Amino acid sequence: MSRMLRRLGEGVSNRALVALGLVFAALLLAPLVSNGYVLSVLIIALYYAYAGQAWNVMMGFCGQLSLGHSLYVGVAAYAAAIFFVKWNVPPVIGMFAAIAVAMAFGAVIGFLAFRFSVSGVYFALLTIAFAEFTRIGFDHFTWAGGSGGFFLKVEDRAADLITLRGPPIMFYYVMLALTALAFLFCRMLTQSRVGYYWFAIREDQEAAQALGINVFRYKMLAVIVSSGMTSLAGVFFAFYYNNLFPEQIFSMARSIELILGPIIGGLGTLFGPILGAFVLTVLADLVTEVLVFTGYDIPGVKQVFYGLCLAVVVIWLPLGIWPPLKRRLGLEGRS
Amino acid sequence: MPADLILNVAVGGVLTGLVYGLMALGLSVIFGVVRVVNFAHGEMMTLGMYAAVVLFGSFGLDPLLMLVPVAAALFVIGYILQSTLINPFVNRPEHSQFMLLVAVAMIMVNGLLMAFGPNARNTLVSYALDSYQVGPVIIDAVRLYAALAALAVAVALFAFFKLTPTGKAIRACADNYLGAQVVGLNVKRLYAFTFGVGAACVGAAGCIMVLLIDVTPQIGPAYTLLAFVIVIVGGLGSMPGALLGGILIGLSEALAGLFFVPSAKGMFAFAILVLVLLLRPQGLLGKKA
Repeated sequence: MSRMLRRLGEGVSNRALVALGLVFAALLLAPLVSNGYVLSVLIIALYYAYAGQAWNVMMGFCGQLSLGHSLYVGVAAYAAAIFFVKWNVPPVIGMFAAIAVAMAFGAVIGFLAFRFSVSGVYFALLTIAFAEFTRIGFDHFTWAGGSGGFFLKVEDRAADLITLRGPPIMFYYVMLALTALAFLFCRMLTQSRVGYYWFAIREDQEAAQALGINVFRYKMLAVIVSSGMTSLAGVFFAFYYNNLFPEQIFSMARSIELILGPIIGGLGTLFGPILGAFVLTVLADLVTEVLVFTGYDIPGVKQVFYGLCLAVVVIWLPLGIWPPLKRRLGLEGRS
Repeated sequence: MPADLILNVAVGGVLTGLVYGLMALGLSVIFGVVRVVNFAHGEMMTLGMYAAVVLFGSFGLDPLLMLVPVAAALFVIGYILQSTLINPFVNRPEHSQFMLLVAVAMIMVNGLLMAFGPNARNTLVSYALDSYQVGPVIIDAVRLYAALAALAVAVALFAFFKLTPTGKAIRACADNYLGAQVVGLNVKRLYAFTFGVGAACVGAAGCIMVLLIDVTPQIGPAYTLLAFVIVIVGGLGSMPGALLGGILIGLSEALAGLFFVPSAKGMFAFAILVLVLLLRPQGLLGKKA
């Protein structure tokens, strides 16, 4: 255990550790100075940070581009919500079912894709196809509400972590804990043998295979870990928003929103998904504010602006915001 | 279920499928040559559809006649897009290209939303309700004209690639990038030209499609996906494959709508896609890599 802990900090500069501590402390204390609105924005930012981190395992570490991660969010959200509403099983137990369901979906997609060597663009398309297929399936799955949606009872009561019912501040800390744990978990992965195998596969699959890495097994592992992590975002989504519509939760737009954070922040980095999610969420809200204030808030303006920002980052900062920022701040690790 | 009805629906599906095929043809041409997946394909079609709607609404011009000018306008847009934005991305990783085109698609969809609002538009041409009867089959006039127009554009495209020097040069780029550079072809310019041709194709498809469905700014992504499904089913880079894939998907949608519920028709397209990816990844008419 202590060896693992030591390895977590290996090669990290003291400056970076202090900076990380400060960021975490700021996030811990943020609700004290936030009103309800700011808190809701922060919750969404943390949600995207966590989900982005989960996606990053598959794409950033192992190089498998999934454009269908809304599938894992969706099936997990439905699983946890159905367990709770239909059978009165609280999410503390139901989440294991959600994780299992999402991992099973991930395993099936991974198995089919990797066994039949579907890769690159084709793999990305296969993931979209499965998400869309499931979306239409849930649209016609009347037992779970169909396209009319599936709802959880909204109750106004004190924070209860067992049933995940409570005020927004509880959801904030749940999401913060998940994000922090995911960060540590990913750090652990990147320092482990598995992480190095993934990087090797990402850089050159054939070379990795030639070195004796079981490419199929480790790609499967990446998909399963990633889908399992993503599923918790789904459980959170169900209990935070209390309503699920296949049209929304499984849509391709959701998958794309989810991956914007890590790509803008810095693919394959640990802090990139978190930074990217916060930058995007806060930016989106600032833009809305400005547009409402100046009276230009017609439908579409915000997304056009979003698209322009995305294009600017992709064109001029191909590695994302975090790697150059890290250098600028002098947080590069000792090697 | 009466055989007549099934036959009627099937014929309608095949005719719609030809228009789908033309749309997918544009995507196939772009991917086959530039090797960039155009994630803004459906959005470009929406652009063409709105152009047709505006021309019809303001001047009463028939969308099928406006096909040529709209395709030309889309060609220019495609050419500029490739030569300014996408050419520097040709050698970047796939996810990077994907993000760039997602950004372009986002700007297109929401630009249209700003300009035209969220309401559905259509073109009610004078022959909208006409039909022809051939034996037991009743064919909608619009669907027939749409399919014929799509076929005509597709034939023109085949001729362009087989007969013209530019078409041959583009095929050379697709076959062997390095070789094309060695013999002195301006590959970057040809890429821009190809993207323009692909965009023109999908613009023409938009002009035709506007006869068959209502247009809102939001339909773009769904058609991007549909175009992908078709191209992969038919075989990426294979032009007859794109048409065959289009017909197949059009047919499956029509029959699924008849035998099940219309809203479930998308499932069949995706099921076909998954089967093709697993059993014949190069597509029905694609060459093995």
